[in-house]
Amino acid sequence: MSWDISNIGQWTWKEHPPGAVIKDPGNSRQFKTGGWRTLRPIRDEEICNQCLICYMFCPDSAIKAAGEKITTFDLDFCKGCGICAEECPQNAIEMVDESKAQEAVE
Amino acid sequence: MVIAKSNTLALQGTEAVALAMKQINPDMVAAYPITPQTEIVQGFSQFVADGEVDTHLVNVESEHSAMSACIGGASAGGRVMTATSSQGLALMWELLYIASGLRLPMVMPNVNRTLSAPINIHCDHSDSMGARDAGWIHLFSENAQEAYDNTLQAVRISEHPQVRLPVMVLLDGFIISHSLDRMESLEDSTVKEFVDVFKPEFSLLDAKTPTCIGAFDGLYGYFFEFKRQQEEAMRNAFQVVKDVGKEYGELTGRPYGVFEAFGLEDAEFAIIVLGSAAGTVRHEVECMRSRGIPIGMIKLRLFRPFPANELIEAVSHLKAVAVFDRSDTFAGGMGGPVFTDLRSALYESEKKPLMVNYIYGLGGRDLPVELINKAATELEQVAQSGQVKEKINYLGLKE
Repeated sequence: MSWDISNIGQWTWKEHPPGAVIKDPGNSRQFKTGGWRTLRPIRDEEICNQCLICYMFCPDSAIKAAGEKITTFDLDFCKGCGICAEECPQNAIEMVDESKAQEAVE
Repeated sequence: MVIAKSNTLALQGTEAVALAMKQINPDMVAAYPITPQTEIVQGFSQFVADGEVDTHLVNVESEHSAMSACIGGASAGGRVMTATSSQGLALMWELLYIASGLRLPMVMPNVNRTLSAPINIHCDHSDSMGARDAGWIHLFSENAQEAYDNTLQAVRISEHPQVRLPVMVLLDGFIISHSLDRMESLEDSTVKEFVDVFKPEFSLLDAKTPTCIGAFDGLYGYFFEFKRQQEEAMRNAFQVVKDVGKEYGELTGRPYGVFEAFGLEDAEFAIIVLGSAAGTVRHEVECMRSRGIPIGMIKLRLFRPFPANELIEAVSHLKAVAVFDRSDTFAGGMGGPVFTDLRSALYESEKKPLMVNYIYGLGGRDLPVELINKAATELEQVAQSGQVKEKINYLGLKE
């Protein structure tokens, strides 16, 4: 089974599976939770020595790596918990206010 | 119609339910084995120990855990049961909502006993009435026979694809649970065929089709939609309860509906009652009818969902109705739970009877025939005069 849950917010009560049972494993990939974040991790590439400890600790697998190097934070899923910043031995990750981070991007 | 072979037995209500559980042979029973547990689980444990069932019996450290284990077992695709009573049901509280919210079929006989304080272990309906809005189907029994019959039917009702809700089978503490009663039991093979094999919608143990059960409803919020589905399942349950009751009747000669009416066609007033008191009320109603008094009665079997349409049809022609409630809602003069429901159901009826409520039997206070006669006589006066003097009455209270 593969559900299209892109429009789940509009489903009527008749469309949901009884008992809220999810029979489509892994569909949390379609369920973006980054909007919960109030703090955004910012990595200082100058200080980071690519130890990948943050990658291992991230409870949401929201830190992406390629070729044993951190590439980016997946902001669709990063909830801003700050575990990466706490665990970083180099203090290379700073948690900044999400709204200020958004303003900075804009 | 061929009625299935049966055996006449003398059993306590608890033994009758334990026998039903043995014949159902569920995959798992989880139960707290100490008081307020009753002999239902004690008797069933013996069947397990004697190898008479295939059930995996889980003795847990509280009723909270018993219901949790049942939720786990049902999620794993098993046919699960437990039994409880009184404070035990109260301790299951938050899990009752999870079992119904996850739409997990299961059957739980509950021996109706009151809730403290003051400390009291005797019969009233306060325990299950407190769980009135937990999304469980409530089936009341009049005697050991009905407790047995309801337990068997509850399996079919609970597992019906249009229902998929947990069911409580209710039997009055001590009056049914601990009294020896004559009853007919079915052959094991007949029960096996009647309850059939449980076909779960999903199973956590099915590794080929993994499922996620009990997920967070999301910040978008789908909770409201799932609650509406539960209400729909309750609405579907009316027909399922009737269909299963009819099929059971064809099998045993004991058909069941949502309630049982007696003498209503030519009655001018009637008593509505739940549980074991129905027997005593029927006796008094028969006596009064033999003296030409136009009284009838309804023994309500299905309390949740509440069969409002059928009840309206049954009572709207009456001049007066007395609802007997073995629990109170403490709503400050609104009366007991059956009274408030029936009164609410009749609101839109063009024709409706005057209604009085008799709260009786709290904490096991006896309901002798004399008290029923007192209430019936007062009800006759209400019907004749068209006046309700006292809407909420306490029958057997020292006042």
